[in-house]
Amino acid sequence: MKKLLALILSLAMVLSFAACGGEKVQDETAAVDDGFKIGFVFLHDENSTYDANFINAAKAATEAMGLTEDQVMFKKNIPESAECYDAAADLADAGCDIVFADSFGHEDFMIQAAKEYPDVVFCHATGTKAHTEGLDNFYNAFASIYEGRFLAGIAAGLKLNDMIEKGDITAEQAKMGYVGAYPYAEVKSGLTSFFLGARYVCPEVTMDVKYTNSWFDIAAEKETANALIADGCVLISQHADSEGAPKACEEAGVPNVAYNLDTRDWGPNTALISSKINWQPYFEHIIDAVQNDKEITQDFCGGLEEGVVETLGLNDAVAAPGTVEKLEEIKAKLISGEIKVFDTATFTAKNFKSDNVTLDAEGHVIGYKADVDSDEAFTGDTEAIADGYFHESEYRSAPYFDIDIDGITTK
Amino acid sequence: MTTNNNIHIHEPIIQVSKRDDMIWYKSWIVRAIAIILAMIVCGIVTVLLTGLDPISVYVSMFEGNFGTERRLWAMLKELALLLCVSLAVTPAFKMKFWNIGAEGQTLAGALACSACMILLSNIVPSYLLIPIMLVASVAAGLIWAIVPAYFKAKFNTNETLFTLMMNYIAMQLVSFCIVFWENPKNSNTVGVINPDSMLGWLPSIGGQKYAMCVIVVALLTVIMYIYLRYSKQGYEISVVGESQNTARYVGINVKKVIIRTMAISGALCGLAGFLIVSGVDHSITTASAGGMGFTAIMVSWLAKFNPVVMVLTSFLIVFLECGAGQIATAFDLNQSVADILTGIILFAIIGSEFFINYKIKFHKKNKEA
Repeated sequence: MKKLLALILSLAMVLSFAACGGEKVQDETAAVDDGFKIGFVFLHDENSTYDANFINAAKAATEAMGLTEDQVMFKKNIPESAECYDAAADLADAGCDIVFADSFGHEDFMIQAAKEYPDVVFCHATGTKAHTEGLDNFYNAFASIYEGRFLAGIAAGLKLNDMIEKGDITAEQAKMGYVGAYPYAEVKSGLTSFFLGARYVCPEVTMDVKYTNSWFDIAAEKETANALIADGCVLISQHADSEGAPKACEEAGVPNVAYNLDTRDWGPNTALISSKINWQPYFEHIIDAVQNDKEITQDFCGGLEEGVVETLGLNDAVAAPGTVEKLEEIKAKLISGEIKVFDTATFTAKNFKSDNVTLDAEGHVIGYKADVDSDEAFTGDTEAIADGYFHESEYRSAPYFDIDIDGITTK
Repeated sequence: MTTNNNIHIHEPIIQVSKRDDMIWYKSWIVRAIAIILAMIVCGIVTVLLTGLDPISVYVSMFEGNFGTERRLWAMLKELALLLCVSLAVTPAFKMKFWNIGAEGQTLAGALACSACMILLSNIVPSYLLIPIMLVASVAAGLIWAIVPAYFKAKFNTNETLFTLMMNYIAMQLVSFCIVFWENPKNSNTVGVINPDSMLGWLPSIGGQKYAMCVIVVALLTVIMYIYLRYSKQGYEISVVGESQNTARYVGINVKKVIIRTMAISGALCGLAGFLIVSGVDHSITTASAGGMGFTAIMVSWLAKFNPVVMVLTSFLIVFLECGAGQIATAFDLNQSVADILTGIILFAIIGSEFFINYKIKFHKKNKEA
């Protein structure tokens, strides 16, 4: 009897709720038409430097475009599963004209939602499929962040020169450490450009890389940074999203180059500089395009010139003298094209085993078939080397440079 | 306690004693009071932390679950999956077999399911694919459960540690397989499997993708209720749970019951893994089970192993989860605020069970003392 009552009660509850649900649908659809709306899907919340970078840019862009609070919706802590699809579709239901997602693993679920809502624009950062998927309402975006990493590398190289000059280390000891997330093209492209930047000013530099196999793991990132420092690395940089490595560096007194965030609060005596993608121009671009019926770039890739890639948080207490001037000079040269980050004359890849690469006698890369079109074959489909440099982020916004170059050791 | 009239006996001010069964409506009144108290505390916390109107927070919590048809279905889907794992762990727990490996059993099922989807899609005819996936998932979950059960029955190993460690094996196995299946390479994500052909995806019913999951779990709830309540095997589980010696005395083969019951538990976890991959995510990650294997234990215990009451308890958990997400979105709050509110409500509900099971007696202090 008791069980039966419980059953009836629970059924009554569900049914009455369902009835309420029906009414609500009508309410919301009635409210849809009173204006533009944009919805954001984030993998984590502000505690992740990666997501914080997106969240801050979204707030700045929507404010700059004069949107009210009601016109902007945030969904945070959305995992890379069907929950992403549910969240994106829920935002579309709520009347969003644009739905944006920030994490690589969200892409397939965004595409699923995009197929279902042809009238809503779906934008996805760091993804690779917009140029092959053939959907009119699905867009990718990234940035030529390798230019920013190169500049951060310049600041790191100058710092190493300064340390050598002061006698803190010898030239042979100029070894940097890099905490990576996964051995994925986005990470490899970033660490290689950082290394090439440092070597541009400090020819003796070498670099050790260790992967944490996680995008966000405070303990592992801290441990990995400590292990690199114990191995004799005198400067640390990272491509992982937590405060782990910067804090380990501050404790050990080792200079740190960060990503996405000004980390001077975590490391007042060690944070050197950061590079980041500023998503605000992109968000303003898509909002403007949808509001005014303009075309959205299907595979957006901003750089230094557009202010999408920038360096920030240069710490006077840590940086070598003359860093500001040098960065200005190199930045101008990158924008003008005088310096190419992946200039094939500047690196060799004698130990890189791949069917896609062609090397000359000295080990310089003269041909490389990159896997630009994501398909199940993972075959190199696009020749990326031309005019003496690797054309990163030109055939698709997401990075595809994944050559292991000499001077960098993966531990 | 010995009593002696000449010596003053220290009497505790508060005395807690086990209570006989409380009449059912009284226990529901206690629970209702707990929820109301929790809502009031939550209201105060909300105002203090955020300055928001608590009523509107509750309204948005409600909307997060029932606001639109889609949210209703998303909630029902979460409910179905959590309920499925909860039903799976129930027979084992009723037998007092501490199976905390439901997470791994579910993940093993999910792994087997996605393996079939990836490797067999182009080999077997499409009408055979889903049955094969189902069988493989159930078998994988079953194996993951039966190994610790066998060792428990044969060698009396500690099943808590054993099942717990099987979770990590399942998780590492998934990581390992992702290396082969990742798309694109080195990205460490598998992505949606068969996005265009939709091979191996559970079909939608009436345009609802998750309807199939809901129906399967609804049927399972009824079956599990009947099995535990009216079948001979269900009775054997209760007896073994109450006292293994009694069970042996009345001629129940305890080892057989342990292994059989865990096999059922594991198989149902495998089914949950199948539903997650084939019916919902169409993908696999190490987090595919999403902690449900552990939440399910709470659901099952709160319902005192009654499958029908489990509908309510799992609904409660899912309601709070979906509501918390909506609060964070609607008021642009950090998820933590919503989690704090969820915590308060759960604390009150679990705490109320204490007052249902125990009597509390307050003694007036003796003034002569």
